[in-house]
Amino acid sequence: MTIPKKSSRLIVPSLDRALILKDAEKELKAPARRLFAKRALTLGGLSMLTGCQLTDDKSVSTFLSAVSRFNDQVQGMLFDPNRLAPEYSEAMLTKPFPFNAFYEIDSVPVVDGSNYKLAISGLVQDKHAWSLPELYALPQTSQITRHICVEGWSAIGHWGGTRFSDFLRRIGADTTAKYIGFKCADDYYESIDMATALHPQTLLAFSYDGEILPPKYGYPMKLRMPTKLGYKNPKHITEMFVTNTYPGGYWVDQGYNWFGGS
Amino acid sequence: MTNETEGAERVEVAARAPTKPPLINPIWVRVTHWCTALAVILMVLSGWRIYDASPVFPGLTIPAQWTLGGWLGGALQWHFAAMWLLFASFLVYLLLNIFTGRFFRKFFPVSPRAVIEDLYKALTGRLGHEDLSHFNAVQKLAYLSAIIALIVLVASGLAIWKSVQFPLLRELMGGYDNARIVHFCAMAFIVLFFLVHVAMVALVPRSLLTMLRGR
Repeated sequence: MTIPKKSSRLIVPSLDRALILKDAEKELKAPARRLFAKRALTLGGLSMLTGCQLTDDKSVSTFLSAVSRFNDQVQGMLFDPNRLAPEYSEAMLTKPFPFNAFYEIDSVPVVDGSNYKLAISGLVQDKHAWSLPELYALPQTSQITRHICVEGWSAIGHWGGTRFSDFLRRIGADTTAKYIGFKCADDYYESIDMATALHPQTLLAFSYDGEILPPKYGYPMKLRMPTKLGYKNPKHITEMFVTNTYPGGYWVDQGYNWFGGS
Repeated sequence: MTNETEGAERVEVAARAPTKPPLINPIWVRVTHWCTALAVILMVLSGWRIYDASPVFPGLTIPAQWTLGGWLGGALQWHFAAMWLLFASFLVYLLLNIFTGRFFRKFFPVSPRAVIEDLYKALTGRLGHEDLSHFNAVQKLAYLSAIIALIVLVASGLAIWKSVQFPLLRELMGGYDNARIVHFCAMAFIVLFFLVHVAMVALVPRSLLTMLRGR
């Protein structure tokens, strides 16, 4: 650097000017490039990402489904079978507890309890179908837990029933199998992982807030899992089976994540 | 003041050797910056669609044409796919920043006084950008807040996604329902940061080049 120290301060503004000029010249040379960059940076540019049929593109949806299946495995690994969902007091119950299904409340199925039987199949020793009095005679427990919907809302409810892990052992289910599948009176179907099925808070629920489970909440029974999102909790169950073949689910087959657990 | 003369000298060197101006943003900063930016854009747009399924604030919904995913299920798939990009790029960004010492060199010290001074200069059009290798106090605060907002977004997101598996995060956020509010507010902050950030880049276009070619 040969410039004397004194003049280096004086030179600052002129350098600045030169720099600005240089910028301006470049800008003049490449107006198209600048314009493109500017436009890409606007919300309008971003909106090119949205609204378009990206999700409908087959390769994109195949990729997203593959990531969703990968996420199932990650969530299976994250799942701690001994970690309990928080339980709440009576005073914290959400009243009225919201009705939610893939149909309106006037389409809730009517199930005749007097000749109802829970069909059991797959990898189990005792495949006899269970009547409601038989099920009600099993050891009962209850819980006040938070139901979290995939949409984001949550509600605290009070369910009673028998611990599902006890029931699985009672019927001699192969607890090393991967899945338990359910079929329901409202044509809903769903399946869960064995770790969640054996979780101490997973209930085969027959009652809501001390009353026999009303039709709107899934009469005659629902599987209540406070470690899973709402859509994973099937209502109006008529059949269950233990299997190693992935059974899918009503919403899962349309794109909801299969593990769907919190 | 010393910074200004230093800056001027650096510019001088740059002007003399136009072929090799000094490297301002190393390659890992540029790669993680753009990956994080893409992930944040995807997560915000898909997050808006998820939000619309059950708005945290009744009456406040995001127009569907601004969202990504087409429906709740599609938006969730985008959200939980982009999550991995954000996780990887933001983690690499944070770790390399800390281990190379860049984090402490570039973002500190930052004093409230300097922020107010630089903000006043900026608003009166007297804040120079001669030396892009050096952050002014407003930039330091803005980038640090963006980093913190991203950390809050990830933490509240995990509390929502895995409210049973991460009880500590859930309680830290004030419970499941509150975690959604925290997640929303941190998103709003990141969107605000994004808008200001992009406006600033438009005002000082050279800064875009430093994030593209590093110089």
